[in-house]
Amino acid sequence: MSETKRGFTARTQRLREQSETTRPSISLERALIETEVYQQWEGKVPTPVLRGLFFKDLMRRRTLYLGDDELIVGEKGVAPQSAPTFPELCCHTLEDLDNMDARERVSFAVTDADRHLQAEVIIPFWAERATMTKMYAQLPEAWHLLFNAGLFTEFMAQRGPGHTVADGKIYRKGYLDFIADIEAELAKIDYGQDMRASDRKAELEGMKLVCEGMVILGERYAALAREKALECGDPVRQAELEELAAVCDVVPAHAPRTFRQAVQMYWLTHIGVTSEMNNWDAYSPGKLDQHLEPFYNAEIAAGTLSREQAREYLECLWIKFNNQPAPPKVGITLKESATYTDFCNINTGSLRPDGTSGVSDVSYLILEVMDELKLLQPSSNVQISRKSPEHFLREAVKISRKGWGQPAFYNSEAVVAELLNMGKTMDDARESGIASGCVETGTAGKEAYVLTGYFNVPKVLELVLNRGFDHYTRKQVAPDLGDPRSFGSYEQLYAAYTEMLRYVADVKVAGNNLIEKLFMDTMPVPLLSVITDDCIKKGLDYNCGGARYNTSYIQCVGIATVTDSLAVIKAHIYGDAQLSWDELLTALDADFEGHDATFDLVFNQTPKYGNDDDYADSILRDVVESLQQAIAGRPTPKGAKTIVEFLPTTCHVYFGQVMQASANGRHAGIPLPDGISPEKGADRHGPTAVIKSAAKIDQLKTGGALLNQKFTPSVIAGEKGLTAVMTLIRSYFAMDGHHIQFNVVDRATLLDAQAHPEQYSDLIVRVAGYSDYFNNLDKALQDEIIARTEQQI
Amino acid sequence: MSVPYVFNVQRFSINDGPGLRTTVFFKGCPLSCPWCHNPESISFEPEVMVSADGGAEVVGRQYPVAELVELCAKDQIFYDQSGGGVTLSGGEVMVQDFGYVTELVESLRAKGITVGIDTCGLAPSERFTALANRAAFFLYDLKFIDSEKHRQYCGAPNDLILKNLKLLADAGANLYLRLILLEGLNTDSQTIESTLNWLVEHEIRPTEVNLLPYHRFGQDKAVKLGRPWREFVTPSDETVNRYKERLESVFTQVTIGG
Repeated sequence: MSETKRGFTARTQRLREQSETTRPSISLERALIETEVYQQWEGKVPTPVLRGLFFKDLMRRRTLYLGDDELIVGEKGVAPQSAPTFPELCCHTLEDLDNMDARERVSFAVTDADRHLQAEVIIPFWAERATMTKMYAQLPEAWHLLFNAGLFTEFMAQRGPGHTVADGKIYRKGYLDFIADIEAELAKIDYGQDMRASDRKAELEGMKLVCEGMVILGERYAALAREKALECGDPVRQAELEELAAVCDVVPAHAPRTFRQAVQMYWLTHIGVTSEMNNWDAYSPGKLDQHLEPFYNAEIAAGTLSREQAREYLECLWIKFNNQPAPPKVGITLKESATYTDFCNINTGSLRPDGTSGVSDVSYLILEVMDELKLLQPSSNVQISRKSPEHFLREAVKISRKGWGQPAFYNSEAVVAELLNMGKTMDDARESGIASGCVETGTAGKEAYVLTGYFNVPKVLELVLNRGFDHYTRKQVAPDLGDPRSFGSYEQLYAAYTEMLRYVADVKVAGNNLIEKLFMDTMPVPLLSVITDDCIKKGLDYNCGGARYNTSYIQCVGIATVTDSLAVIKAHIYGDAQLSWDELLTALDADFEGHDATFDLVFNQTPKYGNDDDYADSILRDVVESLQQAIAGRPTPKGAKTIVEFLPTTCHVYFGQVMQASANGRHAGIPLPDGISPEKGADRHGPTAVIKSAAKIDQLKTGGALLNQKFTPSVIAGEKGLTAVMTLIRSYFAMDGHHIQFNVVDRATLLDAQAHPEQYSDLIVRVAGYSDYFNNLDKALQDEIIARTEQQI
Repeated sequence: MSVPYVFNVQRFSINDGPGLRTTVFFKGCPLSCPWCHNPESISFEPEVMVSADGGAEVVGRQYPVAELVELCAKDQIFYDQSGGGVTLSGGEVMVQDFGYVTELVESLRAKGITVGIDTCGLAPSERFTALANRAAFFLYDLKFIDSEKHRQYCGAPNDLILKNLKLLADAGANLYLRLILLEGLNTDSQTIESTLNWLVEHEIRPTEVNLLPYHRFGQDKAVKLGRPWREFVTPSDETVNRYKERLESVFTQVTIGG
C-alpha cells in the first residue's frame, strides 16, 4: 500500500516504513541490568542513589541502536519497536508474557529466551518487590471490592507517576550544567542544622548519577557513530555519521547550539526519562515549536540550515516517537488503556511566556510533518487562542478534517485560566501551560501532575439503585443506602447518590494516598527530578513533592450517562409519574427486554444532555458540582491537591462492560460516552447544541475535559465546511471549552473496515485524547466508535 | 395574526447564506415544483409522514414569535464568530402572515441577529419593498426565465418573480441569485443566454450567483408523504461548468452549490 511511502524524503520514507512494519517486542535487557544493580547495592545505599546507580549502569551497558539511515539516534529498547519491561513496578508472570505474545490486539513478541530469563532471573527477584505486589497487599478490602467492580481504575498499578512534559531548560543547559547545579546544592547542605540533610544529600547524589548516565549515553553514541563512519564505504553516509558524532559530542552533555542538536537533545532526554521508569508512559516535548524556534531562526539567517533540512530532522524525530510502543500492559490496565500509544503529545502554536501568539514557521513545519507522516505517535495538538492567526487554525483544521483525529484542538486561554485557578503564577501558566499526553493541563517542567485513575460515575448511581450490591462481581461492595422505592423525592435520591459518591471517592483517595506514599518511599525518579523545577533546589524527588506544583488527577468518566439517567428519574418518576421505581428497576435488571414502552420513554422522550436543553444540562451542572465537592481539593501525602478532570482513554469501554443497563436507555455492557461527549444517540440537535451543552460545565475549574465530535465527510467538505469547523472551535473556546477533537470518517467506511480489516491497515481514528489504528482496537471499541453520533444535517 | 406552521428549525446550517446559521423552514409555498427537495414544505397545513417501517410523524408546528426567537438565539455565539445568523426559508416565508414575519425579523434584529430570506419571489411586491433593507440578504431562486415554462413546471408564471427581483436589485438589497439547473430543461445555451441577457438588461448585480444542480434528496420525503415523485435529470459536471464559465464572464462570484 502506498501509505508506507509517506515522508518528504527517501530517508524518512524508509525509516517510517521500518517503524510501521516492525512488530513490537519486549526487551528484558533493562530489567536484567536493573536486577544486577539491585542485587549488588540494594540496602547498602539510599534509594535515590540506588536508582541513580541503576540508571548510570543502564546507560553504560545498554545496547545502542544506530540504524542505517538515521540522523537522530536513541531507542528505549534495543531497536525500533522494542519495549523494555519495568519489573520494579509490575513483574510480569509467565502467563502475562504468553498473553502479550498471543493476544490479537496490542501484542508483543516474546522469545523463549525472554520467557526463560523472566522465570529464572526476573520473577524470583522482583515478584515480591514490585510496587504492584506491595500495593495490592496493602490496599484494604473496601478498595479491592470497588476496584474489582469497576468503580475506578488505578494508574500506578503497573506504571509510575509521570506522563509529563518538558519545558525549555534542556535547550539552555546540558547535563554537565545540571551536575554543576547539583554540586552547588550539595555544597550548600548544612549538616549541623538541616534535619533533611542526609535525605537531601541522597536525592542530589542520585540526581548527579543520572546526569552522569546521560553524559555517558552521548559519549557512547558519538563513539559508535565514529566507529560506523570508519567502516562506512559510502562517503555521503560517512559524512552524516561524522556529523552525528559531532552532535553527540555536544548533547546531551552541553546545551545544544544548532537545530539538529536541539532535536537530539530532546530525544536523548526522552529516552533517558522513559527508561528510568515507566512513567505512565510518557514524556513529551510540550511547546516544541517555541523551543526550537531560536535555533531555527538563527540557522536560517546564517544559512547553515534549510527549511527542508529542518523538516527532515523533525520527521526523524516523529518516527522516533512512533518507534516506541508503550510498555506492555495487562489486565485492567490494558483495558483502561488498550493501545501502543505512549501518550506523547506535542503542543503547537501555544502562547508565548509574554502572552503573545507563539505561532512561527516551525509551527507550520510541524503541521506539515504531522500531515505528511500520518503517524499515531506523537499525538499532535494545536493550541488555539484568541490571538492565533486565522491561517494557522485553518491549516490545522484542513489536516484535522482528513479524519484521523490529529491535530486535536486545545484552548490556550482555558489552559492558562485552569492553571491560575489551581494556584499557578501567570508567568508559569503562560510559559509552561500545556495540555499533556492526553487532555489534562499541566505546567511543563514545573509540575508533577499525576493521573491516578478513572472514576466510573454512572456506576455510583447503579450502586445506589442496587443498594450497594454489584451485579458484575455478585458482591455487596458498598453501603446499602435504602430501597429507592422509599425515596420520597428526587432530592432524596440525589442525596443518596452524593453519599455513595462520597463513599467511593473516599476509598479511591485513601488508596491513592497509600500508593503515593509507596512511590515516595521506594520509587524516586532522579532524572525526571533533574529536569523538573524545583527538585534540585529543594533536594527533593519529583515523586516526593519536589516539583514546584503538585497535582493529583482523578479522571471522571460517563457524566452524560449519569446526567441522562437522573433526568429520567426526575422527569418520569418524580415529575410526570409516567414511570414507577418498580418498573424502572425491573426494566434495568432485564436490560429493557420486554419493556419496550419504558425504553421508548427513557430513550426518546426525556430531555438529555447534548441538546442545549437546560432541564438536562442543569442536572449535568449538579453532577459536576457534586464531583467537585467529593473529590476536588483533597490533599495528598506529598502535598498535592486532587483535581477533577474528564478524559477516558479507552476506559469508557471497560466501564460500560462492568455495568448493567442504565436508566437513560443505555444497554448493559455498552460503552459509556467518552469524556464529556453526550450519550450515543442522545444528542439530536447537531454540533452547536452539543457544544453549547458541553460549555455549561464549568471547565475552567477542572483539569481538562475531552469533547469528541464525529462528522461524516460530506458535512464539513469544501470551504464552507472548513469555515464551519473553525467556527465550532472558536465558539466553543469563546465559551471556555478546553478541548475538542474531530473524527471524520463515515459509518459505512468504518463498517467496511470492520469486515475487511486487511484493506484498512492505514485507517486511523480518534479514540479519546489520542488516535489509534482502527485495526488495533478491539471489537467493543470499534463498535463504540461506529456508534458515536455522526453529526450531520 | 395567523401563526404559520414551521416544519424544521435546523441549527448548524452552512448552505443557507454566509457563516453558521439556523434555518427556519416554514410550511406552505405558492409554487409546486415537482423536484422540490422539501416536499413537506408545499402545503400550508400539518401533514403526516409515514416511513417504510410504519412509523408516523406529524410535520408542522406553530411557534409564538418569542419562542422561535429564543430558539434561534441559542446559537448566537456561532453567528457572531462566523458572520452567520438566521435564514427564513420554506416553503415560502414571504407568503406567510406578514405581521408574524415582520415581528420575527425585527425581534431577531433587535438581538443583533441578522436575518436572511430564502425566497422563490412569488409574493406581494410591497412585502419585498418592506424587507429589502431589513433583511441581510435574499437567497432568490430562479427556475426558468421563460414564463410559460415556469408556469408549466412550477405552477405559476414568473412575471411577478422577475418584477420582485428587479425591485430588490433597485432597492440595493444584498442578493444571492440561485439558479436551479435541470438537464434538458434549462441548461441549453439558448436558455443560459436569455437568462443572462435578462439579468444584464435589468441591471441585476447579485453578490453571488449559486448554481444548484437538481438532486433527488426530496424523493424519500415525497414517498413518506404518499406523493408521486417525478424524476428529472441531474446535469453533468460538464454542463454545470459550462454554465458557470459563461456566468463568470459577467459576474464575479459564481459558485456551484449554496
